[in-house]
Amino acid sequence: MEALERYRPIVDEFERFLAACERPLGNAVRVNTIKAPVERATATLEEEDVAFEQASWNPRVLRLETDSPGSTWSSVHGFTHGQEEVSAVPPVVLDPQPGERVWDCCAAPGGKTTQIAARMDDRGTVVANDNNLGRLSALRFNAERLGATSLAVTNADARNFSMKPFTFDAFDRSLVDAPCSCEGTIRKNPDALDNWSEDHLHSVAGIQKGILRRAIQTTREGGTVVYSTCTFAPEENEAVVQHAVENEPCRVVDFDFDLEYAPGLREWNGEAFDPTLERTARIYPHHNDTGGFFVAKLEVTAE
Amino acid sequence: MTDGDRADAEDRDADRKSNDGQRFDRLPATEAERTVEGRASRREVLEYVDDRFGIPPETFDDYTFWEKGAGKIWIYAGEASSPLEIEAIGMTCLRTRQEHWKPTTDFVQRFGRHAQTCVIELDPEAARRFVAGEDQELEWDGDWGYLVVGHELAGDLEPIGVGMYVHGELRSMMPKGRQRKL
Repeated sequence: MEALERYRPIVDEFERFLAACERPLGNAVRVNTIKAPVERATATLEEEDVAFEQASWNPRVLRLETDSPGSTWSSVHGFTHGQEEVSAVPPVVLDPQPGERVWDCCAAPGGKTTQIAARMDDRGTVVANDNNLGRLSALRFNAERLGATSLAVTNADARNFSMKPFTFDAFDRSLVDAPCSCEGTIRKNPDALDNWSEDHLHSVAGIQKGILRRAIQTTREGGTVVYSTCTFAPEENEAVVQHAVENEPCRVVDFDFDLEYAPGLREWNGEAFDPTLERTARIYPHHNDTGGFFVAKLEVTAE
Repeated sequence: MTDGDRADAEDRDADRKSNDGQRFDRLPATEAERTVEGRASRREVLEYVDDRFGIPPETFDDYTFWEKGAGKIWIYAGEASSPLEIEAIGMTCLRTRQEHWKPTTDFVQRFGRHAQTCVIELDPEAARRFVAGEDQELEWDGDWGYLVVGHELAGDLEPIGVGMYVHGELRSMMPKGRQRKL
């Protein structure tokens, strides 16, 4: 946990934060409304005597009281999909609509992708891209089990993604759930900080900037880009969004959801960020007893 | 490659007579429009699911059907141009180019609730054995061949997957990765 000490100046109730990071995380699932409405999924769990609690901020997120959420009829039928509670936040902020064209540029293993498809009633086009072929096979397995028919799956480096396979030349919305140092997953994966270094943060930040840039370029004017990571490092969060705001036609916009979170930072290690970065969200483990996440919502503007 | 070269390549593709396992091609609307030998048409696909399972053709009005690999048919709701070289679109739904066409587990779970015929309902114990991948002897007085296998769940019949019924035996077609001990 030493790597997290650098956040003492920016995290409120830092000792509570550290204590939460040391507690393991429970099992959460998302109801897959492509296969069943929430009422039918919860009725199935009740019939199977699996106890659950609905998240107050999102009735489609359930905290399950079982050690094997995959061994239920609900899972066999694809009514539910194991997905961490905070990981369900970015697609909600993205707010995709039925019939739209959406790019999920770092999509594997597909929890957020299929959540996007479900929020669109599986109508429209969701281009699910990942640069890792092995992880893409996991995405395809999940997508088919969950009954998503609106996905087109591509294998490319998002930084130079080509629109050529498609009949349109811009997306309405893009989700950049960027590869990151994963500090926020420590409760799920105790090894998450083993290879931590500041050099690593800076090197992934370079990749993140390249992916976010391409997402803004491929999204139409007036369209929405959501940038998210599961890490606390400002180098990978506010600094990446700041870089996009300075170099690409976009602005940071407000959003709200019914979870506790802290606003984005105005400065870090002597670097000042644009005041609009306060509109981004830092979700800490002690806030809602979840993993950690960062989410920013951007609107693509005229050049 | 110049644009002229690309246009030539596309012309050649349009005339292609054999199936290319590396790319997706949209199914021709009818047999008359077929250029690739052995490829199913959209009309044949709709007739098959209607004849065999009584699923109304209009269920699929908003979907396109594609082939990649010999006889592997995919169902897709999104936009794309044909031919298309990407990893996947929508979900695999049918295996054609064999004596009896076979629907996939994922297709039956997604669209099997619209089926009127060749649907077998299992009791709770038989349903558990089916999802574990076990074959079992049981009575069925309908057609032999591929069936939609379902069970009663939360007040409704829910399709689990595809069964193969012959000689008094229901064989489970649950893929290994989808089998569960419940």
